[in-house]
Order: sequence, then C-alpha cells, then structure tokens
Amino acid sequence: MKIIVLVKHVPDAQFDRHLNGEGYTTDRDESILSELDEYALEAALQLAEARGGSKAGNQVIALSMGPAGAVNAVKKSLQMGATEGVHLTDDALAGSDAAATSLALAAAIRHLGAGAPVDLVLTGMASTDGETSLVPAQLAERLSLPQVTFASSLEVDGGRLTARRDADTYSETVEASLPAVVSVTDQINEPRYPNFKGIIAAKRKSITTLSLQDIGVDPSQVGRAGSWTTVTSAEERPPRTAGTIITDEGDAGIRLVDFLAAQKLL
Amino acid sequence: MANVLVFIDNPGDALKKSSLELLTLGRSLGETAVALNGELHSGVSAALAEYGVGAVFRPSAQDLDDYLVAPKAAYLAAAVAATGAGTVLLDNSPEGKEIAARLGIRLNAGVITDVVAVDADGTAHKSVLAGSYTTAAKATTPVSVLTVKANNVTPEPATAPSSPEAATIEVPADSTAAAARITERQQKTASGRPDLTDARIVVAGGRGLDGDFGPVEQLADALGAAVGASRAATDAGWISHDAQVGQTGKTVSPQLYISVGISGAIQQKAGMQTAKVIVAVNKDAESPVFEIADFGIIGDLFDVLPQATEEIKKRKG
Repeated sequence: MKIIVLVKHVPDAQFDRHLNGEGYTTDRDESILSELDEYALEAALQLAEARGGSKAGNQVIALSMGPAGAVNAVKKSLQMGATEGVHLTDDALAGSDAAATSLALAAAIRHLGAGAPVDLVLTGMASTDGETSLVPAQLAERLSLPQVTFASSLEVDGGRLTARRDADTYSETVEASLPAVVSVTDQINEPRYPNFKGIIAAKRKSITTLSLQDIGVDPSQVGRAGSWTTVTSAEERPPRTAGTIITDEGDAGIRLVDFLAAQKLL
Repeated sequence: MANVLVFIDNPGDALKKSSLELLTLGRSLGETAVALNGELHSGVSAALAEYGVGAVFRPSAQDLDDYLVAPKAAYLAAAVAATGAGTVLLDNSPEGKEIAARLGIRLNAGVITDVVAVDADGTAHKSVLAGSYTTAAKATTPVSVLTVKANNVTPEPATAPSSPEAATIEVPADSTAAAARITERQQKTASGRPDLTDARIVVAGGRGLDGDFGPVEQLADALGAAVGASRAATDAGWISHDAQVGQTGKTVSPQLYISVGISGAIQQKAGMQTAKVIVAVNKDAESPVFEIADFGIIGDLFDVLPQATEEIKKRKG
C-alpha cells in the first residue's frame, strides 16, 4: 500500500498562541507535530505493518506543507516510523486558507502518485491551530475521491475500506473504495512514541523538498493571493479575570445557587 | 431571486432552534430560500412561512442520507446555481462544516466556519485559537459559505409570514460516484439532556470526580444542562468520549459553564474561554481554573454539588 499522511506543524497549545503580521497569520514559534495527526500516522503505520511493512513494499509518506520549521513535523513522523518524508514549502504558500491549502496538497498528492498510485490519504480530524476541519473534505472534492471523516476505526481489505464513525446520536459504519481520503479521531488508536531505534533510523531516511514549481501550481493560486477568504481584523480577547472565590464553610452549594439566581441563570 | 440560501438537513417534525437562528440571520442579510433534505412535514412548512422564507427546495434524489456528505454538497451547489444566492448558511455541526467544505470547492467560494455573527456586508465574526482571539473574516469570492454556531442569534419570526414557493432541485447524477456509502446506522440511547454543542448551560467534570459522575449529572438535570467532561475523565472511561470538551473534543460556548473537579490546565481553560459565565468547584485552591472563574468555590464537590442540586430543586418548586 502507498499511504500519504498529512502532518502539520502547529503552535503548541501548552503555550499562549498569537496571530500577527499581515493577514493575521499564526505565530509558529514553539510549534510541534499536531497532536491529532499522530493518530493518522499511527493508523497508517498499523495498516502498513499488517501488510508486511516496508519490506513488502508498503510506503507511509509523511507530507507536510509549511515554512522551514514544518520539516520538524516530517522528522517526528519519520522517527515514529514513516518510510519517507516530503516537505512542501514555498514562500508563496504563506497565508493560504483551507481552499488554497487543499489546492496545493491535492497537487502534491497527484505529484507523489505519478509513479505508483496512492491508495490512501490519511489526516487528523482537524488541525489544532485552524481547527476548521475543512481540508480533508476539500481535498477529497478536489481529487474526486470518496471521503471518510472522523473515523474511529479503519479496516482495509483489498480495494475497499470500512470505517466506523461515532456521532452524538448515532454511530455508523461506512464503506468506500480506494483510493480515498480518511480523517481519523483520537479514538482510533494510541500513537506510539518514537523509540531510540526509530530516532536513529530516521536520520538515514531522506526528506524530499517540493516547491510550487515542482507540483505545477502557480503562486497566484495559493497563499493570500489564492485564498477565497481574508481575515480583516483580529483582536486578542482580553484575559478573563478572576471573580469571587469562596471557601466552602458548609453553605457553598447554596451560595452557588444565590450566584446563579443573581446572574439570572436559574 | 433569493440571495441567501439556508441548508436544513432532515428537520423531522419541527425545526430545531439552530435552524430558526439560521433563518433569522439569513433574513437580516436578504431574501431567504431554504434547501431542505428529507421529509417536509406541515409543522416545518408552517415555520418556514412564519420566518419569511421565499422558496423551499427539495432534492430530486431521496437517497442523500445513504452517503457521506458528497451528494448533499452537490445538491446544495445546484440549489445555489438555481437561486443565484450569494450567501449560503449551514449549521456548524461536523457534517455542516464538511458539506460547506465541499460546496466551497464546487462553487469556488470562500468558506468560513464557527461564525457567531454576520454584518450586512458579509463580514463574519468568529473566535479562533480556542477563544484567545476574535477575528473578522470575509469571503473574497462572489459566493460565501458560512457555518454558524448555535446560540448566537435570537430566533425571530418575520413581521409578515410568507408563502414559500416549492421547487425540486436536480441532484447531479454523478454525485454519489465517489462517495463513501453508509452501510449501517445505529441510534444511540438518548440521554434526554440537551446537545452539548448547543447547550445553554454545561456542567463539566474532570479528574476530581474520581469515577463518579453522579453529582455532575444530578446538578446538570436540575439546571436542564448538558454534561461535559475533561479528556482525563473520558480517557479514564468514566463517561463516553462524546462528552469531551476542549481541543480534541467539542467546542462549547454556553451562557454558563460549571467546571467541577477540573484543574484548568491551559488547554482545558481554552475550552471554556468563550462561555459567558464560568463557575468552578475544586478542592485545590491553586487550580488555574480559579484564575478565570467568575465564581469559584474551594471545596469538596461531593458536598457542594448535592447541596446546590437540592437548593435548585427547592427554589424551582
């Protein structure tokens, strides 16, 4: 199988995150591999391992689009066990919205499928920075592939996949033919940590760098120029301040209800 | 010609509050039409008229629910072409966002999710980075596709009712060709509580509950609230993963968020940032959650919650 996993380098949510500059883009200092993408990578590794791993010709390609630092998301993926890494990077990509991002990624995926076709594109359920979850569906639409989103389990048998999805009021089983775009939730597996062997092995794996020219995308189609949405203002929310703090002296439950009543919340 | 198209998926017997909110918002932007999927019951028809809808479209195909989103997006794209609508409004559910995503590509239209308000010129307001920023964004394309969060618009019927025209929209024949097919669907047991994402009040429990969600559920029921949980609580298996609030779970922005036994590490705090009022109950006075709580109680939740529940029941008679 040839599996492409989309991995994103995002600001670590353990720290305060900021928007700045023209177009109010996210400040990417203190970035890490998006936690939600680790589940997609683990799912890919398990599918490949169940089929005999890389020795049997299974490929797990970690693809990241982003500035120089984004290569770190690819490196971490290689340490976890991806067989190849691809970094799509170009100054013109800066400020791409979901539509422009999906255009560039679709072109990169077509490029990577030029030799042997891609069987599966795996992604996390959303990025932890943009949080829109638009890209998997837009990618599927652009590539004219079936999409299966929010998969909490995934099985592939021959040219078909079966996945389970859990919504609030129902759960469902879905089937699609390969190739397909699949996004997975954090319920699908427990991602592995890179071990020492993986870290050493990753040093020997190559990372291919692709530019827009390599994938045949005109710079005007991506970045702020090619985006279909624009951010016109951004304001940092004033930090919430602490209100009344009391220590329970046996009547805190009643005082809580008094507070709710005063706020007209009962 | 309508200039705002509202998508309503399987309304059942009556329109949900979030659908009424979309219709109200749509009317503030222009003349509204509705693209419906599923049965059109008389109660829904009446509500659409009451909310001043000019036209109601239904798909030519009956099997859109058998596939994941792709044919719904194709249907909606055809409905936009038929009406010449410049704005499409959908709800902000995971499915609503995905239909919006695919629709955006089909129409070369900008998509903005998590919208809480829309100005007359189409500028959409939302909050990003887990509520730490509020931004305004605008589609630069002729059509804009917006998914709108519940509980941000007060539903208001039109000053005069309309008599919507009915029409059928031809769903493109190839729209199911590359779509995943739903082969089985199981209804989950209904909890009878409001949906977490749309709830006006959320009571959320964490590690401090030590496996016992009883006090949280009882307080939630007394308040008519939804029950939420921190990741620690869902990972421990104390409550279904559906209840998880925060970065990898659901985003909520209720009127009131009661955080119980949750320390409030930065990701957890982020998940509650946009609640109007925050109440926190925690034994540990050093918990970061107290830095953002409007009303904080340092105390044992197993004493405080049952007392509050009793008091609410008493006052509500």
